Amino acid sequence: MFRLDGKTALVTGASGGIGAAIARTLHAQGARVVLSGTREAVLAAVASEIAPDGERVHVCPADLSDPKAADALVAAAEVAAGAPLDILVNNAGLTRDGLAIRMKDEDWNRVMDVDLAAPFRLCRAALKGMLRRRAGRIVSIASIVGVTGNAGQANYAAAKAGMIGMSKSLAQEAGSRGVTVNVVAPGFIQTAMTDVLPEAQREKLLGGIPLGRMGKPEDIAASVAYLASDEAGWITGTTLNVNGGMAMP
Amino acid sequence: MSEIADKVKKIVVEHLGVEESKVTPEASFIDDLGADSLDTVELVMAFEEAFSVEIPEDAAEKIATVKDAIDYIEKQKAA
Repeated sequence: MFRLDGKTALVTGASGGIGAAIARTLHAQGARVVLSGTREAVLAAVASEIAPDGERVHVCPADLSDPKAADALVAAAEVAAGAPLDILVNNAGLTRDGLAIRMKDEDWNRVMDVDLAAPFRLCRAALKGMLRRRAGRIVSIASIVGVTGNAGQANYAAAKAGMIGMSKSLAQEAGSRGVTVNVVAPGFIQTAMTDVLPEAQREKLLGGIPLGRMGKPEDIAASVAYLASDEAGWITGTTLNVNGGMAMP
Repeated sequence: MSEIADKVKKIVVEHLGVEESKVTPEASFIDDLGADSLDTVELVMAFEEAFSVEIPEDAAEKIATVKDAIDYIEKQKAA
């Protein structure tokens, strides 16, 4: 079940914790993976960790804040992989947190550009080929805050909520061609950032999670692998909330 | 048949997977050739690419038959 042999996947933000785990999992399921991100050295390190012999793994750096780079990435990935793209994973994203009354335009715009406009550009480019080939999977990584909102993250929450609405629309446009478009919305994932939280805050956070622990990047990666598989062929336009039960929208 | 008409026909056959004999000038993409709305958008994009022309949305909406497409592209190419 859920094998991805013979499939080619592009994972953006693959130098980050969640992105690397997604790439690793898709590769382990048999997919050829193209890793994208801005930090080329980190991407190369992730690639060699996934497959020391370089088998079925490629690196394709891109700065998604540049519209031209976003437009060109799908084609570049297909050249790197030597195969058409079957699976697009929009994982790249960034935050510029701050309370709204003090949020600068540039912080709003940058988050919108990288977290919403770039995924749209990638979807648009990927869909052209997928619709023609009558097959394809798009999985975008949003966030629980796109569903619930979060003080200090008006920009990020708006972008992630936008990603959910966009995906529902694309799912309707692409459905007749067997192409599915879904979202995974992670909750609190254990990262270097959450490791340094004060104990009291940590306790409080965990108190709100019925499953009693923070998520691991692998929890997200497994959901992506499922949605990317042939077996998930009748699920589209949905948002899978992977958050330990913290929110049940 | 003009070179443009020939090429348009070829694109339609290829994209919609219909028999060449069915692609008459009067044939409507949707009513006669089984295209859906997504097909018509993809066809317009294929024409744009093949003929290096730009077909704006309001013009694209009026292209319903094979002849409509040929006429529009011929006019653009002549201009």
